[in-house]
Order: sequence, then structure tokens, then C-alpha cells
Amino acid sequence: MATPKPDILYRNISHKPPAQDWMDLPLEIKPGRYCYSVDPSALEAVGMPNARVWNPLDEDWKLPENWRKTFLDGMKDRLERFRSFKVFMDICVRCGACADKCHYFIGSGDPMNMPVLRAELLRSVYRGEMTKAGQILGRFAGGRELNEHVLKQIWYYYYQCTECRRCSVFCPYGIDQAEITIIGRELLNLLGLQTEWIGKPVANCNRLGNHLGLPPHTFKDNIDFLCDDIEEAIGIRPQPTFNKKGAEILFITPSGDVFAEPGIFTCMGYLVLFHYLQEEYGFDITWSTYASEGGNFGFFTSHEMMKKLNAKMYHEAERLGVKWILGGECGHMWRVLHQYMDTMNGPPSFLEVPVSPITGTRFEHAASTKMIHIVEFVADLMKHKKLNLDKSRNDHLKVTFHDSCNPSRGMGFLEEPRDVINKVCNNFFDMPEGTIREQTFCCGAGSGLNPGENEELRMMGGLPRANAVRFVREEKGVNMLANICAIDRATLSASMDYWVPEVSVCGIHEMVANALIVPGEDRQTDLRGEPLPGKEDE
Amino acid sequence: MKAIYSLILVVALILIAIVGAGLLGIGYLFGVIIPYLAVLVFVVGFVVRVVSWGRSPVPFRIPTTCGQARKSLPMFKDKWNRLDNPGTKLGVVGRMFFEIVLFRSLFRNTRVEMHQGPHIAYSSSKWLWLFALMFHFTFLLIFLRHMRFFTEPVPGVFVMMDQMDSMFQILTPALYLSSVLILVALGYLLLRRLLVPTVRYISQPADYFPLFLIIGIVISGMLMRYIGVFKTDLMPVKELAMGLVQFSPTVPDGIGTTFYVHLFLVSVLLIYFPFSKLMHLGGVFLSPTRNLPNDSREKRHVNPWNYPVKFHTYEAYEDENRKAMVEAGLPVEKPLEEETEETSGEEASDDNAEKKE
Repeated sequence: MATPKPDILYRNISHKPPAQDWMDLPLEIKPGRYCYSVDPSALEAVGMPNARVWNPLDEDWKLPENWRKTFLDGMKDRLERFRSFKVFMDICVRCGACADKCHYFIGSGDPMNMPVLRAELLRSVYRGEMTKAGQILGRFAGGRELNEHVLKQIWYYYYQCTECRRCSVFCPYGIDQAEITIIGRELLNLLGLQTEWIGKPVANCNRLGNHLGLPPHTFKDNIDFLCDDIEEAIGIRPQPTFNKKGAEILFITPSGDVFAEPGIFTCMGYLVLFHYLQEEYGFDITWSTYASEGGNFGFFTSHEMMKKLNAKMYHEAERLGVKWILGGECGHMWRVLHQYMDTMNGPPSFLEVPVSPITGTRFEHAASTKMIHIVEFVADLMKHKKLNLDKSRNDHLKVTFHDSCNPSRGMGFLEEPRDVINKVCNNFFDMPEGTIREQTFCCGAGSGLNPGENEELRMMGGLPRANAVRFVREEKGVNMLANICAIDRATLSASMDYWVPEVSVCGIHEMVANALIVPGEDRQTDLRGEPLPGKEDE
Repeated sequence: MKAIYSLILVVALILIAIVGAGLLGIGYLFGVIIPYLAVLVFVVGFVVRVVSWGRSPVPFRIPTTCGQARKSLPMFKDKWNRLDNPGTKLGVVGRMFFEIVLFRSLFRNTRVEMHQGPHIAYSSSKWLWLFALMFHFTFLLIFLRHMRFFTEPVPGVFVMMDQMDSMFQILTPALYLSSVLILVALGYLLLRRLLVPTVRYISQPADYFPLFLIIGIVISGMLMRYIGVFKTDLMPVKELAMGLVQFSPTVPDGIGTTFYVHLFLVSVLLIYFPFSKLMHLGGVFLSPTRNLPNDSREKRHVNPWNYPVKFHTYEAYEDENRKAMVEAGLPVEKPLEEETEETSGEEASDDNAEKKE
């Protein structure tokens, strides 16, 4: 089904709830709003249960015979393991503060996309199956029995949540739908109800080290191609090293950035920067083909899968004997690194507290994980004036910044990217308050919801972000939407095309590399091959 | 319908008290047994619930960070938002204080406006915050004000509270400001549920019932104080209350039915409390997105049930890809020759084939 045109889609959004009570609503799985089911081979590859061919549009989902028990036992187990889950099941007062904070609700008007009702899908099962009041009073106490209809509802709407945590900012008790969705998806995965766009990258990443499934030589080839492009643009070819033992630093970034536009320009930015630092300061950093994925689609599958995929980072750092790890621009990757990695797979006693070999800055705030964000690293370089920059090369850009959900609401990483942007370009304009920083809107397709088939949903979810971009486009003439997330780069490119076609999307390090004056360079164009400002006529 | 069911339920409760304590005169049941039972259920239920939450561990450090992080780099130090993104335990105490006492998160509330366009706007929406705060504080004040029934002599602080609450000296006895404000707040909360379409849609009987119950408590209390026919002599009420707290309960004569209705509704509220959403009173203290410092890269957070998970090791990866890696000039741990000697029939037969040629 084709996605309607923007004005038609917008006109059809109604926030007026239907007449029927939500517990009585029939479930209609709409093409354009759901993700295809996973191929059994991807589940088998990582030992996940109930691998079979199934189709969400079919009546029969080929659930295992004892699926109810599996789901409910899994729920009880997680209630005992996660205080968050248990408390969040019990204390919601349905005040509705979260209702209109979700980008999917704003953009679709589907009442089940109000975070409170998304949570109630699971809460009603909790009450109906696990509390006395719910068992006796049933619906009067907000309880429901878990049946196939309810399970399908949970599946449909838990893959319409991007775990962005915006609702949890506004909840008076800090109830975090992301946490509930994470656990809900974990339960669905006990029944083999994974989606292809999450399951396949998980299987790939497990075996080959990255979501795309690039084998070692292809990963290296891809980076080599980017070096070709850099040579064409600036006349210098970077010489990255791979799997180099004894390097000082290991670099890990989402694999999406070595693969597709506009992410590749960000990746080229890293390569130019590292080359510059190597030439100027003898910077010693290496890429790994084995730990070649910063992102972690295991995070969208289960806590166990997240740990399994993440384990490679420390494992590889130990093998190579590096001192610490530098991480590229990515959203959920950084939530995993910041809030989960050390707990799951640490402590990395074989690493050292990160110290910038160039400025001597000791990054005490990463004293335990031993991993820092490239934007922190670069902000520190700039502070110490270690980069020779020509801001005017980005003068053709009027830039705004999209805070990615996870670095903003899972780290508090708000000033660092703005600082770097302001040092590499002259025209920076923030979007209006309430749409940025901790209140930022999701790109519309985080948490593994960025396949092709759910385009309508992605455009609906991308509307609030696009709406704010349009505002600065109209007020300030903004033409570039910068961000620090690989999924943003992919998703926002599509949603900008749809809602605000005059605006392009880039990672911050693309702009850094464009502004960087590399000794011996011969530049006529930026990394995209477009003429630099002032060089248009040459 | 959900609202009406809940209202009927509260009316039924009132009738039970009227019939039981008023018509049948079983004052001891309504004045002593049920209140004791209610307090017992409340205390035990509350503790059991909180302990059961506490027994589930917090495996990961997952604060929702609502501002700039602490000391990422010294240059952002003055931009650090200590309150919304605390980096220390002290900061968390501050965050929790503002959250619990002043409802800080609710204060952020915004409202979406869809204009012709496509054009969406967000406006500040603080009514819910204001009336929620008004409700909770007046409820607390009224609760504390009632302590004068349970103490003899009445401590000065409760007397003072009582005087301040009635300082306007309207009506006789003086009208309590808190009684008026709580009714206004409850009215707002109820009307909001009934009239705002999305809020109405998400509301359940469990949302209306406590509202009607508390409205019933407030109104029965006010009737007793201000309206002639419902007025109750305070002396026997105080005697009953003192008897209850001194564990020598007596049921003095002369207590009006309205009082029993009031007391019965309070008892029901206490019994209902630990099994309901009202437990947010305890839960808000335990919310892991609010009560943890954002320091997980600096200090390791320990997950008590962290268990080992098998992952695909580098060794296995190299074993599967060695040939390609060597051909691409990537360093390997084990040289290629070693592997071909030991292994695979396929490569061995290739070798043979080459030899034959």
C-alpha cells in the first residue's frame, strides 16, 4: 500500500479517540505500519525459539502449543528481575501526561500509541492473570486474560514504539515505556515473534561482527572505497589500520556508516580526522573487522542478546591490547555503552582510564567503562586548539541539530555536540524549545523500526521532528539537519524527503572534516563532491 | 459508564454505613472493628507491596536524563543540570525532593495543537500540575489537621494548622480553606477525566472510584461540620478516636450517622489503597529512572543476576574467515598454513586437484 501524500496524511490525523473502549477494539494490522516477520534462519542462527515461517497478516501465527504459559512465566520471571518493570506495572495513575508526548500518537492519532495505553496492553495482562483483584473483578479492575488477540495487539504496538523515552520525561513517576517495550519484546521473542529487520542484523552481527553481515575483507574494502572518495575530494588518502595489535585506541562505530549515504560521509569524516591526527600528532587508532558494529540490535531483542553482541567490544579490545575504546556517532549504541555495557560485560580491567594522547585530558567520567564518545574527544581537541579549522567552508550550510533520543535522555549529552557544531560552522540554529534536548522527538524509526515496509508509520512518527525542522527552515533558512546517530541519518533522510524536502541530513563529523585544514590537501569540493563555498566557479 | 459504575459503588458504600451504623445501630462494627481492620490492611498491605518491589533488583542504571550531564568535560561544567541529571547521590536526593514534593516532571507538561498545515505547535499546560499539587497538599493538610482527634493534649503544631486553615473566619464554625481547595482540585481531576477525550478514553473504573470515594469523604466531613441536620457532636467523636489509638475502644452515645459514613469511607479507602494505583505514593520513591545518579560510565553498577552469555569469539570468527582475511591483508592470529594442514576435506581436495594438474 502506497503511503499517502504528506498533506493528505496530515489531514487525516485525528486525536479524537474512537467510540469503542480500547479493550473492545478489533485489531487491524495495517500494511505500512508493521514490520515483516523474521526469517526462521535468523532465529536459528542465534538459538532463539520457535523459528518458523509465519505472517502477521495470517490468522494463524503458528505459536507454540504452550505459548500462554511461556509468556506468563516469562513475565513473572522479569517482574522478579526488574524492579523497573514491577513498579511500572503497579503505579500508573493514568493521568494522561504521557498521552500526547509520543511521536507515533501525534503523527497517527491511533489511541493505542498513547504510551499509557501501550503500557496498559501489558498491564491489563498483568492484572488479569497475576493479581487477585484482576482475576476476580476482570475488566472492572482493568484486567484481561492473555489470549491470541491480546498477544497480537501487544506485538503490533510494541513494534510501534521506538524506545525513545520521551514519555518518561513527562511521567510524574518516571514510568519509562522504553523499559516496558524492551521487556515486552523480550517476551514476544520467547515465542519467536521477532521482526526481520531486527532479527537479521542480530544474526549477522553475531556471526560476522556487524549488522550488515559484511565479512572482514568486505568491511575493509568498504572503508577503502571511502578512502578513494576522500582522495578524490581532498587529494590525500588516509591509511586506516585494521585489527592492529598494540594500537593505542580501538575505534568502533555503527556499520551503517560504512555502507550508505549520508552515513558514509560521516565515516569519511572520521577517516579524515584520524588521518590528520596521525600526521600531526602520531595518533594511533585501529578499526576492527570483528567488533565492527557499534549499534546493537540485540538491545531491541532481549537483554541477553544485547549482552551477547556487546561482549565483542571488550573481547576485541583485550585481544588487541589497546588502552581504551573510542565510539562513533550513534544513538542507541551509546545508551548501551553508557548504561549497560560495563554492568553486563565489565569491568574491563585490561583497559586504562581514557586519556587523550594529544591533549592529555583524562576522561574521568568514563573511568569504569573506558570508552568515550568521539564528540567528547573532539570537543576536547577543539578546546585545546589542536585542530586547524576553517569554519567558512561550511558557510553554505545553515545547520540545526537533532538530539538523538538515547544520548539526550540516556546520557545527558546535550552541550557536547552543539559545541562541536558551533566550532565548525557559522550558521547554527536550534529548533524550538520542547522539541530538542531532553524533550527531543524521535527520528521516527529508532529501535529497529526502519525497514522499507512500514513507511507510513515512519512518516507519521517522523512528523513531529520534521515539523520542528520546517519551523527553522522557514524562520532561518536551515538546509542541514545534523545529528549524531546512524539510524537518524538513514531515517531522517527519508522523512525529510517526505516532509521538508529542502533539508539534507548529515553527521557532525562530516562537517568537522570539511572544516579541517589537512596539511598538503588540495580541496575543491566537500566530502559529497560538491564545490566548497567560493570555489563554485573554479 | 465506568464513571457511573464507580459512583454507584461509592453510593452503595454510603448506604451500607447508613443502614449498618444508623438504622441497625451496629456502631461497634463501624466505629471500631472496621477501622482497626482497615488500618491493619493498609499498613500490612503497604509494607508488603513496597517490600515486594524492593525484592526485585535494579539490574541496570537507567536514569532518564533530563539535562546536561555532570563533568563530561570541564568546559561544560557550568551547564551541568544538577537537578534533572544528577551525577551524585546528593543530586538524586534533590531530584527526588522536587519530583515528590513539587511534581517537577508534571510541571514540564505540554499540550499538542494541530493547526492547518502541516503545522504542529506545543504549548505549556500546567493545569494538571497545579490541581494535582493542590489536591495532594490539601489532602496532606487535612490528614494532619485530623490529628487533633487522636491526641490529648493536642500538640501546638496541629492547633496552629487548624487555625491557619480556618483563618478567613467565614461561616461558623470557620470554613476550612483546605476543604474548599480539595473540592476544587477533585472537581478538576474528575471533570478532566470526564471531559478531555483522550483522558476519558484511558480512564478506568480504578481511576474514578478513588476520586468518588475521596469526594464522598470530603463531603461527608463537611456536612458534619457545617450543615445543621448532619452536624455531629465532637466530644463523643474525640472519645471514640482516643479510645482507638489507646487500644481501649469504646463507642460513646451521640455520634451521628454522618460520622459513621465518613469513617466507613475512610476505612474503605485504607483497605483499597495497597491494592490500587494509589500505591504510587510508595512507588514514586522506587522508580529507577528517577532515583539513580547518572554515573554509569564512571562507576560500575552491579547486576546481581548477571549471568554469563556465550558469544561468538574472535577465535571462532577468524577460524571462519581466515583465508579471506589473509587475502585482504588483514592480520591473523594463526597463520593460514596451519589450518589447511589440519582441516577441511574441501581445501585438501583442492590441493590434490592442483597437484594432479
